[in-house]
Amino acid sequence: MDPTDIRDSDHFHRVVDCQWACPAHTDVPEYIRLIAQGRFTDAYLVNRESNVFPGILGRVCDRPCEPACRRGRVEEKPVAICRLKRVAADHREDIRALLPSAPTPTGRRVACIGAGPASLTVANDLLPLGYAVTIYEQWAVTGGLMRSNIPSFRLPADVLDEEIGFIQQMGAEIRLGARVDSLKALIAEGFDAIFVGSGAPRAKDLRLPGRDDSPRIHSGIDWLQSIAFGHTESIGKRVLIIGVGNTAMDCCRSALRLGATSVKVMARKSRQFFKASEWELEDAESEGVEIVINHAPKAFIIENSTLVGMCFEEIEYTIEDGQIVGERIVTEKVIPCDDVILAIGQENFFPYIERDLGIEFDRWNVPVVDPATFESTRPGIFFGGDAAFGPKNIIWAVEHGHQAALSIHLKAQGKPIAERPARGVTLSSRKMGIHEWSYKNDYNPSERRLVPHVALAERFKKLKIEVELGFNAEQTALEVERCLNCDVQTVFSAPACIECDACIDICPVDCLTITDNGTPDEVASRTKVPRLDPSKPLYVSSPLKATGRIMIKDEDLCVHCGLCAERCPTAAWDMQKSKIHIPHASLGQAS
Amino acid sequence: MTSIAKPKIAHPSLPKNELGLTRRDYEGGMSTLCAGCGHDSTTAAIVEAAWGLSLRPQELVKLSGIGCSSKTTAYFVGGAHGFNSVHGRMPSIATGANAANRQLNYIGISGDGDSLSIGLGQLAHAIRRNLNMLYIIENNGVYGLTKGQFSAAADIGTKSKKGEANLQTPIDPVLLALTLGASFVARGFSGDKQQLVPLIQAGLRHPGFAIIDVLSPCVTFNDHEGSTKSYQYTRDHYHPAVAADFVPKAMAIEVDYADSAVVPLHDGSQLRLRKIDPTFDTSDRAAAYTYLDAKLQEGEHVTGLIHVSSGADHELHAQNKTTSRPLNALPYAELNPGPAALSKLMARYR
Repeated sequence: MDPTDIRDSDHFHRVVDCQWACPAHTDVPEYIRLIAQGRFTDAYLVNRESNVFPGILGRVCDRPCEPACRRGRVEEKPVAICRLKRVAADHREDIRALLPSAPTPTGRRVACIGAGPASLTVANDLLPLGYAVTIYEQWAVTGGLMRSNIPSFRLPADVLDEEIGFIQQMGAEIRLGARVDSLKALIAEGFDAIFVGSGAPRAKDLRLPGRDDSPRIHSGIDWLQSIAFGHTESIGKRVLIIGVGNTAMDCCRSALRLGATSVKVMARKSRQFFKASEWELEDAESEGVEIVINHAPKAFIIENSTLVGMCFEEIEYTIEDGQIVGERIVTEKVIPCDDVILAIGQENFFPYIERDLGIEFDRWNVPVVDPATFESTRPGIFFGGDAAFGPKNIIWAVEHGHQAALSIHLKAQGKPIAERPARGVTLSSRKMGIHEWSYKNDYNPSERRLVPHVALAERFKKLKIEVELGFNAEQTALEVERCLNCDVQTVFSAPACIECDACIDICPVDCLTITDNGTPDEVASRTKVPRLDPSKPLYVSSPLKATGRIMIKDEDLCVHCGLCAERCPTAAWDMQKSKIHIPHASLGQAS
Repeated sequence: MTSIAKPKIAHPSLPKNELGLTRRDYEGGMSTLCAGCGHDSTTAAIVEAAWGLSLRPQELVKLSGIGCSSKTTAYFVGGAHGFNSVHGRMPSIATGANAANRQLNYIGISGDGDSLSIGLGQLAHAIRRNLNMLYIIENNGVYGLTKGQFSAAADIGTKSKKGEANLQTPIDPVLLALTLGASFVARGFSGDKQQLVPLIQAGLRHPGFAIIDVLSPCVTFNDHEGSTKSYQYTRDHYHPAVAADFVPKAMAIEVDYADSAVVPLHDGSQLRLRKIDPTFDTSDRAAAYTYLDAKLQEGEHVTGLIHVSSGADHELHAQNKTTSRPLNALPYAELNPGPAALSKLMARYR
């Protein structure tokens, strides 16, 4: 088996599970260390480089980093990465003076459609390079679905205003109330590039008997938007939510704040098939929302033009290996209600894109977009965020924005956009002296801290009371210690190894083995302890001097304690911090 | 010396033994020896062996004298009994403990200084008594604790760190043990656990005195060019004569090697020996001595199980016809028959 090429940034990038899982590749361990040092502004800026909206995402990110976190493999619960991000955002100083300002304008002009996270990221990346960026927004407020669909008790408006304000300060021109009715007309204005970030703003409907017979049947995202814009201030006492995704969670919790006393979320399947994030389900349930499983909606019951209830079929499923293989209707029942909110998904809607512009759409009416460059089939027109590949979440929209901005910048320089600038990795030793390392490598066995919440009685008094309070100083101090510093890598130098076995003997999680070389399958089968996840990277050395055997390391469960390096008499093992370089337009790597 | 504590977490798929314990449960305190010390690997081999035998920690007794090697009893099986004696006097303590309670497993850890210099007389008589214990010599050829002077095990011509050559003849603990009639004699290398772990297991199960000379390089004072006890020299002049596989009682024997022999041990487990050098015979003490001596002249360290014969018939308790029960399990009246019995006994000597 060939030795691992550690110059390929992917090897050590994959070891930093959180950063690998984050669509925008946020350097999580780095910002957690900065928080530990009380350097909140620096922690915020490290975040901002990748994810642009740390204050927003520190509250409402879908956190793909947390299920990936190594701590969740050696212990039960991952590090509260998302909540620590909020700590950085809450405690930072004013960063306005630290924002890049545009140099002399280059004369290049870019238009963005929709003032959501994708468009704002494009502006954030291109403004410092001298582009003039104009964002067209149909509503009178910025933020897109971040503002209209995420209730303010989860994401306060001032957080949005401040972080979007940074991009405005950098020079973005946001035209509010400026709906684009014709892409053709916009193209005619002669922009160098157009970015479509108009989201997936149309709710999926549930065509059942009675659907059009009552004004008390609401579409979830439209209803949330009318609350956000101040048009809706009340709802009936008994509310049914159809669907069990994250929008449904926002709907049920909003209903409680508008006066509902009995809120039921009606789920077609059982809990293991829910789309909502586990923590959003927990938050809703802790507020008294009832989640009813295995109920498929059948009809709206309208009596004398009034919605009185909804008819459901109760279903029993046969589940094998986590898959539904059969179902049967057990019974039919009517659940009385005053309002029904439909939260069963949303989709793209492009009424303003003429179909003769050379922008191809597939059979589901979704534009054909290159997943690497984000360019549509018409050169110079880019898509990103929910507009590109349907509903995802904010952090994906941000990454789409970064990539589209990079494409726009490459194209402006006459470079082929399909050739993406390569990622890189730099390594630097953390050794300070004998038994001294410039990172905290003591394993702290603390359990995950829980974020304090506003008391139940308090939080329903007003719609805008933010429920989560954020970590206090003591909680922060403990939670940062839980991070295992996965970016402080164990780096091996085969020529220095004398095969004394010291590292293998001391490793607390048995991830090291010295073995004969062989085929990749043979080598992988010889780890000291059977591997839990064969998809995780194996670090393979070149042949060792004394015996020609090889050192192999299963990266999966390493806790980066540094004992292998500490016990190595020849410094064949060293702890080196990896920094993964992710190319962005704004960082100059593309120019 | 290591300043970081070993985290109290383990690989979730770490195998468990018959007692439901993992290898981690057989660890002891954090080692304060030099990074890369052979003794730490020997410690890890003992941990592995004790775990593999499903020893109950409270049924193990760890004994040692003075020296780097003698510190290591603190680094394995934290739940075992232990006694750290004066320099070179561990065999006496072991004899006393074993006389009082023959049902425990005794493991003595010593070094080339502790056993071959100050404690040579003690070692010799423990072998003569055929004390039922495993005696491990962590042999690195130098006095590490006093900064690297030659020990009694240093080979002629081996160089000190400063470049001086040793002129005195070495005491080879394996040849010594063969001369004195030890019934279980082996040599291992700290850098080869595949060989060492079964040797330790067999030694613990051998009914009588089992001695293992473990080549255990001193990474600080004896790991340079010109040393005959460095990692590199040991690997280059490493001559396994016989491979030993320890077969626990419960495990079925699936394969039989050509040129192999099976030695039954007293608890029903077996020691399966596989000859690497066909001219070698482990049961023939005189032949083993000659073979070793010849290889020594070639500068080769012969390793593996070198000699084994039944030790049960002349083990300490058999020789003295003592009670089969540990003294602490005897009723007081039996343990102390009183003045009448004493007078009767004394009368026999008048």
